[in-house]
Amino acid sequence: MARIIVVTSGKGGVGKTTTSAAIAMGLAKKGHKTAVIDFDVGLRNLDLIMGCERRVVYDFVNVINGEASLNQALIRDKNCNLLYILPASQTRDKDALSQEGVGKILDELKKDFKYIVCDSPAGIEKGAHLAMYFADDAFIVTNPEVSSVRDSDRMLGILSSKSRRAEQNEEPIKEFLLLSRYSPDRVKLGEMLSVDDVQEILSLHLLGVIPESKSVLTASNSGIPVILDEKSDAGQAYADIVARYLGEDRPHRFIDEKKGLFGKLFGSK
Amino acid sequence: MSLLDYFKTSKASSASLAKERLQILVAHERSSRNEPSYLPQLQKELLEVIRKYVNVEQDAISVTFEQSDTQETLELNIVLPENQTNTSQHNNPSER
Repeated sequence: MARIIVVTSGKGGVGKTTTSAAIAMGLAKKGHKTAVIDFDVGLRNLDLIMGCERRVVYDFVNVINGEASLNQALIRDKNCNLLYILPASQTRDKDALSQEGVGKILDELKKDFKYIVCDSPAGIEKGAHLAMYFADDAFIVTNPEVSSVRDSDRMLGILSSKSRRAEQNEEPIKEFLLLSRYSPDRVKLGEMLSVDDVQEILSLHLLGVIPESKSVLTASNSGIPVILDEKSDAGQAYADIVARYLGEDRPHRFIDEKKGLFGKLFGSK
Repeated sequence: MSLLDYFKTSKASSASLAKERLQILVAHERSSRNEPSYLPQLQKELLEVIRKYVNVEQDAISVTFEQSDTQETLELNIVLPENQTNTSQHNNPSER
């Protein structure tokens, strides 16, 4: 049975597209046929992060309007042949996506794919609403920062009232917390909200912590999802997240700071 | 706790301030999440009706909605000006 995952946050710039690209690649690398869809109509960027921007011919809106078939619009990833990308349209028409159209495409994708990752735009407008409407699971990407945590909580409210599962009184969407851009050093100094703080406020199941990492920018510069950079801390964090989502029991990493000799001598743990 | 931690935590950190502010804010926003959408309009119209009889301030009326497993409570609280009546406060909770 196919599962639809929405990657959402409310706030912009927290790492939704980076996360969508990484987990879609991670799921495909684990042998599951996966599609990743960019819902940010007018401001598409998933194609850049996935490194397929020059291969975009048809997009999501073309398929909804019947101007192209789904197979024509899906781009096979160059690094993994089980991964397909459906780019967003660059149209400025805000109403280009319709609930009926999105539902039809997702139904068609569900026949062929194991996981469908929906990369939500920021905000709570139509694109964000449609990205999460049909979801089975929601990955809430949050930064340890007040505005991001508040917006995440707002998204949780919307997920529990405005989704298909909520409207049809089905089992609610499963929600997972992904805490990104985390700096254990700053948490230790009392300058940043800790994982425990954020979990206490949002009461969400923690899927993983992604440390603030230079490798994320390097990866987006080159158009390769950061999860493929297996040596990087962020890449490893996403690999853990995918494994945990698939049911593996992996201990959480990147929560405590890296200790130098000084820290080892005087640290509390 | 090491000696180092003792010195670090001696003054309130900005992170704990952030947590405190968020907890209050989130609790407040969650409580208003389940409110019926007609609430602001109801409040506005009630205020108009009351003002026909008593000159009350805009913020003298509060309408709160509470939900528990078994019942929903709509609480209406109107604070009347002190010089106009001998009952300074009129409390009228009504259940639906």
